[in-house]
Amino acid sequence: MRMDLIQPFIGSLDAVLAEMMKAPAKIVDLTMEVEGYRRKGTAAVVTFRGQIEGRVILDMDPGAAAQVASLLFGTDVAPDEAIVRETVCELANMVIGNAVTQLNDGGFQFKVFPPEVVAQEQCAQTGKDSEATILCFETPSGNVYLNIAMKYLQRRSRERSAIPVA
Amino acid sequence: MKQFEALTRKKDREPVRYLVVDDSVFARKSLAKMIESFGGQVIGEAGDGCTAITEYARTKPDIVLMDITMPQMEGIEAVERIVQEHPDARIVMVSSVGYQDNILAALQKGARHFVQKPVKPDALYEIIRYVLNDDGVTATVGAGEEKSR
Repeated sequence: MRMDLIQPFIGSLDAVLAEMMKAPAKIVDLTMEVEGYRRKGTAAVVTFRGQIEGRVILDMDPGAAAQVASLLFGTDVAPDEAIVRETVCELANMVIGNAVTQLNDGGFQFKVFPPEVVAQEQCAQTGKDSEATILCFETPSGNVYLNIAMKYLQRRSRERSAIPVA
Repeated sequence: MKQFEALTRKKDREPVRYLVVDDSVFARKSLAKMIESFGGQVIGEAGDGCTAITEYARTKPDIVLMDITMPQMEGIEAVERIVQEHPDARIVMVSSVGYQDNILAALQKGARHFVQKPVKPDALYEIIRYVLNDDGVTATVGAGEEKSR
């Protein structure tokens, strides 16, 4: 998978976690998905369509998700409460939205869809024409996983416009 | 959360009244906390563009904070409909998706400003002050001293 397409997601997650958890995060693992993704904690998926199509799953250890919700609501929130799932959905929205914005400014055009909670323990394997990368970020409250699967449909507009016309 | 100099309406010195539109409860709660720290009052909430239109007509807020990506009706279409009916509406777009096409479309439909999520309270406060323009004043918290913008 092209790192120039993944980098905006890494930078975006780092910035969102710093703002919302008030704590640093560092990448501790990077793997390629070989089977269907197995959810680790509370997860949300955002899909996007356009010149690049795919989906990103934000998956947070229960403690990390509960900490963000607790910080916002000013009271302890149990990891299994609905508000934790809502929190992860909105964090996914921020992370993917910020990353997609950077990619769009780089010449790719997208339509982003609202986040959905991932209910099943095991997600379906991504298609043969997609590549999925799983990044694990370590935070003081637990790990946060970003599973990025995308396929490239078209060249970005500035590359297309650079092709000389015969 | 940091407390800001309270923003009030110049005409009656009452708190600025906000309508918060976002399909995420988390986002609405987060914005409500910021509004509270600005000395404002949330007078309505909506989770989609259709509800935002009816809530605007019902509550006549001073400021609308409007998400873009929402179910049923997206924020940009809701802006267009609200501004058609209420040309003086002050709407600030609040979205994680901040690319130029989106911002331009929202501004063309009548939005006054744009702020990208995650929202930083300082940035939102300055944007609200700017959008209120001469209709807003700040009152130094606890000192009773008021400063007109």
